[in-house]
Amino acid sequence: MSGKSVLKRIDWLTVLFYLMLVLIGWLNIYSSTFTEAEPSIFNFSTLHGKQLFFIGASVVAIIVILALEASFFERFSSVFYTISIVLLVGLFLFGKTIAGATSWYNLGFFNLQPSELAKVTTALALAKYLSDIQTDIKRRKDQLYSFLIILIPAILIVPQPDPGSALVFFALSFVIFREGLPLYYLGIAFLGVLVFVTTLMFGTIWVSIVITLMIVLFFLLKKKRFKIPVMPLITFAVVAILFSLSVNFVFNNVFEQRHRDRFSLWLRLEKDPAKLEQIRKTIGYNTYQSEKAIESGGFFGKGFLEGTRTKGDFVPEQHTDYIFSTVGEEWGFVGTATVVLLFTLMLLRLVYLAERQKNSFSRMYGYGVISILLIHYFINIGMVIGVLPTIGIPLPFFSYGGSGLLFFTILLFVFLKLDTNRLKEGI
Amino acid sequence: MKKILLSSIIIIIGITFLGRLSYLQIFSFSPDQVLEDPAIKAIYDYPERGYIYDRNGKLLVGNDPAYDVMVIPREVRALDTLEFCTLLGVPKDKFIKELKKARIYSPRLPSVLVPQLSKQDYARLQEKMRHYKGFYIQKRSLRYYDTNSAANVLGYISEVNERDLARNPYFKQGELTGRIGIEKVYEEILRGRKGVQYIQKDRFNRDIGPYKDGQLDTLPEQGKEIHITIDKVLQEYGERLMHGKHGGIVAIEPATGEILSMISGPTYDPALLVGRERSRNYSKLHYDSISLPLFDRSISFEKAPGSPFKTLNALVALQEGAITPSTSIGCSGGFYIGRNKKGCHCGGGSRNLNSGIYNSCNAYFVGVYRKIFDVFPTMGEGMDAWEKHMESFGLGSYLGSDLHTGRRGRIPNRAMYDKWYGANRWSASTTYSNAIGQGEVAVTPLQLANMTAAIANRGHFFTPHVLKKVEGKDIDNPKFTEARHTTIDKRHFEPVVQGMADVYNHGTARWVQVPDIAIAGKTGTVENFKKIDGVKTQLTDNSVFVAFAPVDNPKIAIAVYIENGYYGSRYAGHIASLMIEKYIKGKITRKDLEQRMLEKTLEHEYAKPYSGEEFKINSRVW
Repeated sequence: MSGKSVLKRIDWLTVLFYLMLVLIGWLNIYSSTFTEAEPSIFNFSTLHGKQLFFIGASVVAIIVILALEASFFERFSSVFYTISIVLLVGLFLFGKTIAGATSWYNLGFFNLQPSELAKVTTALALAKYLSDIQTDIKRRKDQLYSFLIILIPAILIVPQPDPGSALVFFALSFVIFREGLPLYYLGIAFLGVLVFVTTLMFGTIWVSIVITLMIVLFFLLKKKRFKIPVMPLITFAVVAILFSLSVNFVFNNVFEQRHRDRFSLWLRLEKDPAKLEQIRKTIGYNTYQSEKAIESGGFFGKGFLEGTRTKGDFVPEQHTDYIFSTVGEEWGFVGTATVVLLFTLMLLRLVYLAERQKNSFSRMYGYGVISILLIHYFINIGMVIGVLPTIGIPLPFFSYGGSGLLFFTILLFVFLKLDTNRLKEGI
Repeated sequence: MKKILLSSIIIIIGITFLGRLSYLQIFSFSPDQVLEDPAIKAIYDYPERGYIYDRNGKLLVGNDPAYDVMVIPREVRALDTLEFCTLLGVPKDKFIKELKKARIYSPRLPSVLVPQLSKQDYARLQEKMRHYKGFYIQKRSLRYYDTNSAANVLGYISEVNERDLARNPYFKQGELTGRIGIEKVYEEILRGRKGVQYIQKDRFNRDIGPYKDGQLDTLPEQGKEIHITIDKVLQEYGERLMHGKHGGIVAIEPATGEILSMISGPTYDPALLVGRERSRNYSKLHYDSISLPLFDRSISFEKAPGSPFKTLNALVALQEGAITPSTSIGCSGGFYIGRNKKGCHCGGGSRNLNSGIYNSCNAYFVGVYRKIFDVFPTMGEGMDAWEKHMESFGLGSYLGSDLHTGRRGRIPNRAMYDKWYGANRWSASTTYSNAIGQGEVAVTPLQLANMTAAIANRGHFFTPHVLKKVEGKDIDNPKFTEARHTTIDKRHFEPVVQGMADVYNHGTARWVQVPDIAIAGKTGTVENFKKIDGVKTQLTDNSVFVAFAPVDNPKIAIAVYIENGYYGSRYAGHIASLMIEKYIKGKITRKDLEQRMLEKTLEHEYAKPYSGEEFKINSRVW
């Protein structure tokens, strides 16, 4: 396959979104790490210089990926998966600890984070397993196996500790749902979260009243001809109320104070101004500062390199997990809305691309890519603007971090490579 | 369904994010005010406060550098506390307390540990300061007084309080502002404007360079120097004369309304309210409830004016046509109010305007007062007219001088008497004490001086004021440069002025004449009552004197009010004559009189009500 034909068939729209996000991301890293003393952008000892280096490395990776056979990724997916699991296990022996988490291998010139690699390989392995002719997702055993593919790396990542990255793997369950897992699994999980949150916010009594009312209303309004089994519904309601009761117990007895604080910050449970101030200074410091920084940007922002809070490093981790607050402060609503729109359009485009795959492996891998990108984007921005509790994961293509950028690029471009191949029946 | 699930989630997330972002950035957007932005530090550059000079260009108030010992608690390392305290001259427990206070305020920001070291302490400390990490010395400028007088006029400055901060956003915690006197009234002129430099800092509060390359920074604007109308020499002299006496002296230049001196006794050295001892000294002054040194008697002390007020009654009577200068009234060593005879000390005989004034005949002026009301059909109308005339002399209301304190005094009126006695149930006999400046009439020494200036000008005065020049340029505020006319025609003044001149020539003040200076004056001896333990007790009379000189071309109008000084010429008259001589001649020829006035005190009189013993009043013992 000639390179020219790949370039003709690649989805340039996605590439454009990708390039814009990387460019905007780098500009903001530049701004948040920039010092007057070292304005040069090519100094690789600065953080933005390093990031620029990894952008270059990503371009190399893109070229390699596009040059490879499309079938290469499917064929070797099990091998890649095994390698990444080995690497994750190896961390327990040879891992390098940065900021309390043993998540890296020191390769001298840069630190490799195998959990980033595992995101790509798990998505590949899951697609491979689900697209296998022998796999039937309606079977319990196969459901279990597919979840195991997700669970193994997640379980290995949790003790690093890096619960944020572990969480990302669960997003891959979208792929399984897409491929036939009954949706009520998702529904029950969603209701569980809903009951959990509402119980914390309004208390068990209100939640119980609302659940009961809803059941009653349901019976009053339902049409005669529907035969709804009564017992399961009542059972469901009872379970929900019991769950709601247990929420308080778990919250107060199982959770640690820092978890409770995160939740009370997220759900605005704390009303006492003195305690709120205390939370803002400790556990909620990042969120509070990032919200303030974004708020101070207003509609048009303070301008590139003019963000006083950014310059003053008021938001910790600003060039990594909190990079979006720089966008908010310096580019204002115009900037943040642009970034949100770019992500939304890119993800929608990817959904479109995934759905047009004839090959089920490509489609499932596409869904894996979307799930991973979406969960990162959702949790990261949600955390930075204060609608989600603090969970430290990076913003794809944006946050500073060499292996992060590199593997997100690989993740995306493997799919784009598969997409160029979609017209060929059977690889 | 499954196909659109993911797309819907993506879109819902997008909308949620945009909603939240628009809430943050559009609806609850509040632009970072430069001063509220935690990332911006403002460093202020304080201009020097303007100097204050007297009318002749003599320095009254300047500035002196002062040194504060500052501390940044976080940077403090282990130190020999005792040695350092000895060096600083503060007790150890106080040092520890202050350090703790500073730490609570902020471990990172500098706090004042020991304010306002003297130059000597500074010199001693400077060398050794570097041994103590976290401490340093900051220079600032303090008021320096080149006089120990005029505290009541100059006022003082002190740190801004919560109210100042709330009222004027210009101020920041710890800054200084004029609290009273000229320092307060002309605060804006004297203070100038501080300059500011904005520094970008990081979250550890470290400076990382100028904010916006210093575009918003401003340079300080110097405070302006002012000249005030006070004559430093006269003021200092007057305060020396007031030694041991309670009361007030106000001297005005009649041609301009400029206040030449404004003396309140007892007073204090303005330098007491500067520096480290300030608060201790202030408490001492504040709690001195007998002398009341912080109470400016020259403008806040309202008392009955006594006989000088007779001159105004004479003017009103002339204006209303109730008398002519030759109208004569007999004095039988007193006068009758109903069946009660009231005494008069003028010696008795037939009095006309001239001799009525120079002998200060009570009977004559009670007669004049009655005649004023005879002109009008009713007492009420008479009282209205009388009040209007009196008020045209600036009595009974704030004069509108540029000193912010003071009292309005009181001129009684129809409404007041109607309330006291019932409508139409009072008459000239009820209110006869107005005739001789006793009873309900109350004036401040400033009003008394101003009234004298109006007589000296033969019918008009200028609002008394203390500001003369700003940055060498004469003031042009029409409030102070435009004459205010009394309701008395100019022609009626000459006979009254003649009477006042005769007070010196052969009247009640003939023994306080000043050689070569023609003075017109009027004595006053005011009965003085005070409630002691709930009992109205009479104390020694207040000694009052008003005068202006020279008679034909007045340079100075003066009012002297000495509490418990007994008869008018005894203290007030002598002091007024010395002041006039000092101002006009620049030297004193009557050295023995001067000596006596400087030395004599009335402390024994002031002690009487507090002694708890029986006491005699109006004794002639010097």
